[in-house]
Amino acid sequence: MIIRLIWRNVWRNKRRTLITVMSVLFAVLIAISMKSLQAGVFGHLIKNVVSFHSGYIQIHKKNYWDEQTLDNSFVSTPALVRTIEKQPGILAAVPRIESFVLASSGEVTLGALCVGTEGEAEDVVTHLRANLISGSYLDKRTNHTLLSQGLAEKLHLHVGDTLILLGQGYQGAQAAGKFAVGGIVKFGSPALNSSLIFLPLTAAQEFLSAENILTAFALGLNESASLETIQTSLRAGLGSEFEVMSWKDMMPDIATHIKADGTFYNIMIGILYFIISFGIFGTVLMMMNERRYELGMLLAIGMKRRLIAFTLLGETVCTSILGAIAGAGVSFPIVWYLQSHPIRFGGEVARVYSDFGFEPVIPTLLDAGIFIDQALVVLLIALLLGIYPLTRAGRLSPITSMRQ
Amino acid sequence: METVIDSHNISKVYEETAIPVHAVSEIHLHLERGEFTALVGPSGSGKTTLLNLIGGLDRPTTGYVEIGGVNITKLKDNQLIDFRLNNIGFIFQSYNLIPVLTASENIEFIMLLQGRSKSERETRVHELLRQVGIEDKHDVRPAQLSGGQQQRVAVARALASKPRFMLADEPTANLDSVAAGNLLDIMAKLNREENMTFIFSTHDARVIDRARRVITLQDGRVISDERYAQK
Repeated sequence: MIIRLIWRNVWRNKRRTLITVMSVLFAVLIAISMKSLQAGVFGHLIKNVVSFHSGYIQIHKKNYWDEQTLDNSFVSTPALVRTIEKQPGILAAVPRIESFVLASSGEVTLGALCVGTEGEAEDVVTHLRANLISGSYLDKRTNHTLLSQGLAEKLHLHVGDTLILLGQGYQGAQAAGKFAVGGIVKFGSPALNSSLIFLPLTAAQEFLSAENILTAFALGLNESASLETIQTSLRAGLGSEFEVMSWKDMMPDIATHIKADGTFYNIMIGILYFIISFGIFGTVLMMMNERRYELGMLLAIGMKRRLIAFTLLGETVCTSILGAIAGAGVSFPIVWYLQSHPIRFGGEVARVYSDFGFEPVIPTLLDAGIFIDQALVVLLIALLLGIYPLTRAGRLSPITSMRQ
Repeated sequence: METVIDSHNISKVYEETAIPVHAVSEIHLHLERGEFTALVGPSGSGKTTLLNLIGGLDRPTTGYVEIGGVNITKLKDNQLIDFRLNNIGFIFQSYNLIPVLTASENIEFIMLLQGRSKSERETRVHELLRQVGIEDKHDVRPAQLSGGQQQRVAVARALASKPRFMLADEPTANLDSVAAGNLLDIMAKLNREENMTFIFSTHDARVIDRARRVITLQDGRVISDERYAQK
């Protein structure tokens, strides 16, 4: 009956309750829409950035990231591969050997990053095949290279031409080789587009005199996988000999940008909820003052203070949660629609996005966590505002209340 | 005879204003089970204050009140709320029903606070509605009831907790003569048949006429205490 009493009290002044519910609804709608949009945009950004080259996680020998030389490489053992593969949530692990080399053709010699990789796994992790603009993709049966478009232009190379690579191999060995250009790949990032040379893994290992040696495993993850959980688990599994770095560790600028934007969002939503809280508080205040006599009477006939306080708190929570549920209900179809029909850029903006390797869309993320978080925020606000009726109920005097 | 209320030299002084107000001064009162008593006197004579002190809604400045042998003046706030719930039935001038509950729910509510079982509550609600003659209004909210009907629900609610006695503050003040007569008939019947103790504060001659004991107050003091034969 107490629950019935709370529910009926909520609807005692329908118009006021509806106004309060609507104000919470709009706050929740704005908060969920903004958060879903932000999460969608950043998710998309991360997906784009990690698929450029890094992958979500990389495993190196300890200190490789600080000093990227072949001396900081490791031997790929079946046990190591098994440890990585048995980790749930990993879509693919691509073994790589990377070294800086001189790339030469005719009179032109340029510095470049030579990446030896397994073509099929590389495609799963970074979608490299999609960047192919001419020629054929990496084939481990050949020694053909994939050359980034900017570098090919500078070296005046085309598919079928010969590329000369010079560098330092493993343990000081001299590395020199001639490779046919098998294909040209184009990257959105100008830095990558002007510096990458891909070779089949075994060809690169042979070129660098580094048989069975790797500098990294780049990992692609399933969409639902937790980056932090996998990173922690891999660290534990691989031990101190290796460093397990996420894209956030490798690209701290992007991680910082996302964090800063998230803080800005939290401040904006905080202000919004602060304003809405006053609306709810106004309702609580009116509710208390209008019913002062009635509350005094309830105390007089034997209703305990804590039960009166529970009833008042219940009414505040109920009104707020109604608003939160309604807000989530209205937000869901909007976020769902924008996820399946993301806002697309057109014209020049779309071209610029595409040139940088980004899909020209603003997607949203339909994530139950976002909806639950907002409901919890509203519940927290209601509970905080409920402190007022709780303290008032504690000080209630039947005589004073009924006299007033 | 069983003593229901014993007030020992109780006084109430309100000191909120510059000049202290002596609302009730040195009142000794002894009420026994089955009494049908009216507290009368002009406005400001201390009727309601005395009723509040007897009902445990307020504490005396000096003296103490015993109900059924329990010194309620010494009870802590929560104990006093419990005591009121289980020992005293209140009937207010303006009915004071919970507007969002139906007649039967208003009556049941008190028993819910007492922690009685659902079946016991339902049986008693039915019985009380019959006693006050409004069985057909069980599912109606207070706003749809007349003043007389609301006051009957209030009487039933006060009886629901099976109190030692009933305190009624001007119970007929807002009722027309027919409704007031009917209400007094119900209360007199309860007094006669169930030996229920009633204490009224009133200006209403109809109530005074039915009372078997009339205590007159003036300036916070008892100036007369008269008993009458069965009316």
